[in-house]
Amino acid sequence: MEKDFSIIIGGAAGQGSRRAGLLIAKAFQSLGYYVFVYDEYQSLVRGGHSFSSIRVSSTKKNSSSSEIDFLIALDQRTWEEHRHSLKKEGQVFYNHDYFQIEKEKRAQGIVATQIVEKEKGKKIMENISLVAFFLGSLGFSEEALKTLFRKEFNKFQEINLKIAQKSFEKSILIKKIPLRKKKQEFSLLTGNQALAQGAIKAGLEFYFAYPMTPATGILHYLAGSTGRKAGIKTVQMENELAVANAALGSAYAGKPTMLATSGGGLALMGEAFSLGVQAEIPLLFINSQRPAPASGVPTYTAQGDLSFSLGLGHGDIVKFLVAPGDAEEAAYWAGKLLSLSWEYQTPSLLLIDKQISESTFSFDPEILKKISPIQIFPQSKNKSLNYQRYEITKNGTSSLAFPGQKGIVVKANSYEHLENGLTTEQEIEIQKMQDKRLRKYQAMQKVVNQVDAVKVYGNKKSSQAILVWGSTKGPAREVAEELKIKMIQPLFLEPFPEKRIKAALQGVEHLVLIEGNALGQLEGLLKSYQIIPQEKILKYNSRPFLASEIKAALNKIYKNERSK
Amino acid sequence: MSDQNKLKLETNALNTWCPGCGNFGILFAFKKAISSLIQEGTPRENIVLSSGIGCSSKIVDYLNLNSFCSLHGRPLAIAEGVKIANPKLKVIVFAGDGGTYNEGISHLIHAAKRNIDLTVLVHDNRCFALTTGQFTATSPQGFKGKSTPQGSREEPFDPLRLMLASNASFIARGYSGKIVHLQKIISAALKHPGFSFVNILQPCVSFFNTTDFYNQRVYEMKDCDLGSRQKALAKMQEWNYQENEKKIPLGIFLQVKRPVY
Ligand SMILES: Cc1ncc(C[n+]2csc(CCOP(=O)(O)OP(=O)(O)O)c2C)c(N)n1
Ligand code: SF4
Repeated sequence: MEKDFSIIIGGAAGQGSRRAGLLIAKAFQSLGYYVFVYDEYQSLVRGGHSFSSIRVSSTKKNSSSSEIDFLIALDQRTWEEHRHSLKKEGQVFYNHDYFQIEKEKRAQGIVATQIVEKEKGKKIMENISLVAFFLGSLGFSEEALKTLFRKEFNKFQEINLKIAQKSFEKSILIKKIPLRKKKQEFSLLTGNQALAQGAIKAGLEFYFAYPMTPATGILHYLAGSTGRKAGIKTVQMENELAVANAALGSAYAGKPTMLATSGGGLALMGEAFSLGVQAEIPLLFINSQRPAPASGVPTYTAQGDLSFSLGLGHGDIVKFLVAPGDAEEAAYWAGKLLSLSWEYQTPSLLLIDKQISESTFSFDPEILKKISPIQIFPQSKNKSLNYQRYEITKNGTSSLAFPGQKGIVVKANSYEHLENGLTTEQEIEIQKMQDKRLRKYQAMQKVVNQVDAVKVYGNKKSSQAILVWGSTKGPAREVAEELKIKMIQPLFLEPFPEKRIKAALQGVEHLVLIEGNALGQLEGLLKSYQIIPQEKILKYNSRPFLASEIKAALNKIYKNERSK
Repeated sequence: MSDQNKLKLETNALNTWCPGCGNFGILFAFKKAISSLIQEGTPRENIVLSSGIGCSSKIVDYLNLNSFCSLHGRPLAIAEGVKIANPKLKVIVFAGDGGTYNEGISHLIHAAKRNIDLTVLVHDNRCFALTTGQFTATSPQGFKGKSTPQGSREEPFDPLRLMLASNASFIARGYSGKIVHLQKIISAALKHPGFSFVNILQPCVSFFNTTDFYNQRVYEMKDCDLGSRQKALAKMQEWNYQENEKKIPLGIFLQVKRPVY
C-alpha cells in the first residue's frame, strides 16, 4: 500500500532538533522508505525556533507536506507553531517536563528531562528521549533502535543508549509502520553533499571558499573526512575576491577546481568570472540562492538570483548555466559541468538554492556512475616549441598546457590578446579572438542539444503545462502527476535550450510558469524566445513551494479558464 | 644549460613605457635576477609571473615566461592559487602600489600572514599611473593630481610597517634607479623560503617624477641584524613616505624563518 506521511520535530536552536530529525529519517530509510528532510532554522546560534520536516513515502517525493501526521515538540513553541498543521488523526509527542498539553487526545507526553537527568546525560539528549519514545510508538523494535543509535553515536554511546531504552519503554504502540522491500540502496545526503560527490567523481582536486549560507555545507563536507579521503584540498581565503581569483590561478596551473557561494558572494566574484571567460580558464562556480536583495533572509530559500546569474560577468560572456532540481541532478550536473568547463575552457555556473543545498534526500548513488572523469588533452610534446595558448582554431578551443611543462610558455591574459597571450589593441586581432570565443559558444549551444537539457514529467500528452526550474521541480512534479498535466523543467538556462523547450511545448495550449521569486525572472528569458506563459505562480516569502499551494493556485487558474 | 634555458627572455611585444620610466630599471634588474636563478638550476618552465593592471603590470608582456596578467588588485590571489595548486612552481607577483595597497590590500596582508612561498615586487610609483596620476596609499600628503588638484588630504601609510605588522617573513625596499642593488634584493627575495615582499621605489616621469627626490635621499643600509623586528622597525621609521628631508634606507629590513604555508 502506498505510504506517505510527515513528521515535524522542532525546538529552540541548541536543542538538537536537526540531528534528531536526521535520526528519524535514517530510521525510516532503514525500513525501506524514501525520505525527504526540510530543515528550517534561523540565523542565530541559540534560542529561536528551528525544525525539521521529514516526509516518509513509498515513492520518491522531494518536497514537504503542508499537513503533518506526527509532531515532536522539544519545547512548547514547537507545539504552538505547528499544532494547526497537525492532522485530526495525528499525534503529538512532547516533553512533559516543560509544558502540558491538556484536553488533547492526540498528545503523548514523556518526562524526557527527568530521564536524561537520571542517566546523567546532557540537556540536549532530551532529543534522543523523544526520538526513542516516538519510534517506539510506531512499532520500531528495541533491537532496531539500538542498532540505529549505536551507529549514530560514538561519543556518550552508553548514556544515549540508556536514555533511548528508558524512553522506549514508556512508549505505547499507536500503529506499526511495516518494513518495505528495498529496491535500491540509498544514501541520505544533502544537496550540498551530493554535488560535492558529483564533482569528486569528475576529478575535482581543489576547492576554494569563504563561508556563506547556504553554500557553507560544501566547504565543511569537503574539508571533512569525505573530502580528505578523496584527496580534495580545501582552502579558506580572506574574501570572495581572493577565493575566485585563487581558484582561477589553481585552474590555470592545471587543477580541476570548484568554488561555491551565495548571491552576495557571487556579486563579489563577478569580475573574476569575466576574467575566467577572457583568459579561457575552466572553473566551476556554484551559487546557492537565499532570499535577497542584499543579506535577505540568510537561512531560507528563494529562486531570485536567476537574472543575476544569467547576467553574471561583464562583457560578452561565454558560459554554461545549469539549474538542477534535486540532489541527484545537483550531483550529476556538478560533475558534468566541471567536465564541460574543461572541455570548453570557460567558467560554468551551477545554480541551486537553500532548498537543494540543505535539504536531505534519499540519494541514489547510481547517478554517480554516469559521471566520467574530466579529460584533459595535454599539449603534445612535438608541437611544444611554438605553443600558443590562444591558438585560433576552427571550433574555437585551443590546446591546453600548464606552467611546468618543458619547452612551453603559457601566457594567460585578462586583456584582449594575441594567440600567444600577449596583449593587443589591434582591431583585427581583437575581432579574431572574440570570434574564436564565439565559435566556442556555438559549439556549447550544440552540447545543449545533445544532453538532457530539458525534462518533461507528468502527462506528456496534456495540452495544459507548467514550466518550473530548480528546486520547484519537487513539489510541482507531484502536482503535475496528480492533475495529469505536463511539466517542463529546463535544466540549462545558458546556452538556452530553445529547440528542446519548443519541442516540449508541442501541443501545449496553456502554460503556467511557476518560480520562487517576485518578478517572474524566467518569464523575461522565455519571452525573448517568444515563449509566452498564460499565467504565473510566484512565491517569494522565503519558504519553498508546497505541492498543496501549487495545486490550489493551478486549480484556481483552470477554473477561471473554464468560466471565461 | 639545456636548450630550453637558453631561450631568450624577451618577447617581441612593443614596450610602451614612457622614456625614463622607473619600470625599465625594475625590468632590467629582474631579468638579471631571474637569469641567474635559471642558471643556478631553477627550471625555466617552473617560473610563473602574475600581474595585475597598471603600467607596472605590463612587465609580463615583455618577459618570455609563463604569466597570468589578471585583474587590477588581484594578482596576489591568482598567484596564491597557482602556488597552492602546484607547489613546484616559482611564483612572482608584479603589481603597482595602487593595485597592491588600494584595490587588493586584503590579499597582501593575508598572503604575508600565511607566509605562502611567493615573491611580491611592488612597483611603487606612489600614484595610479595608467589612469593618469591620482593619489594612492603611498602618495605623500598634499599630492596634486587630477583628482586632488588642491593636494590630497590623506597621509600615506608605510607599506613596510604594514608588512611587519602582518608578520611578513621577508621585507625589503629597493629603488629602480639602483639596479645592481635592486637585483641583489630581488635575488635574495627569490631565494627566501616563504613570503618575500619588496617595495620598489619607482619614479613615474609623467605623473610623479621623484627621480631627483630619491637620488638625493636614498642610501644602502649596511648589513644589519635581519632577525630583529625592533631594529627593522627602527630602520623603517627613518622615512614615512612623506615629502621631507629624511634619508631613505634601502635594502633588506627583515628576514626570518617561519613555517611556510
Ligand atoms: C576593478 C578596476 N578598477 C579600476 C581600474 C582602472 N585602473 C587601471 S590601472 C589603475 C591604477 C594603476 O595604478 P597602480 O596599480 O599603482 O599601477 P601603475 O599604473 O601606477 O603602475 C586603475 C585604477 C581597473 N582596471 N579595474
Ligand atoms: S605613466 Fe609613469 S609609470 Fe606609466 S609608463 Fe609612464 S612613467 Fe612609467
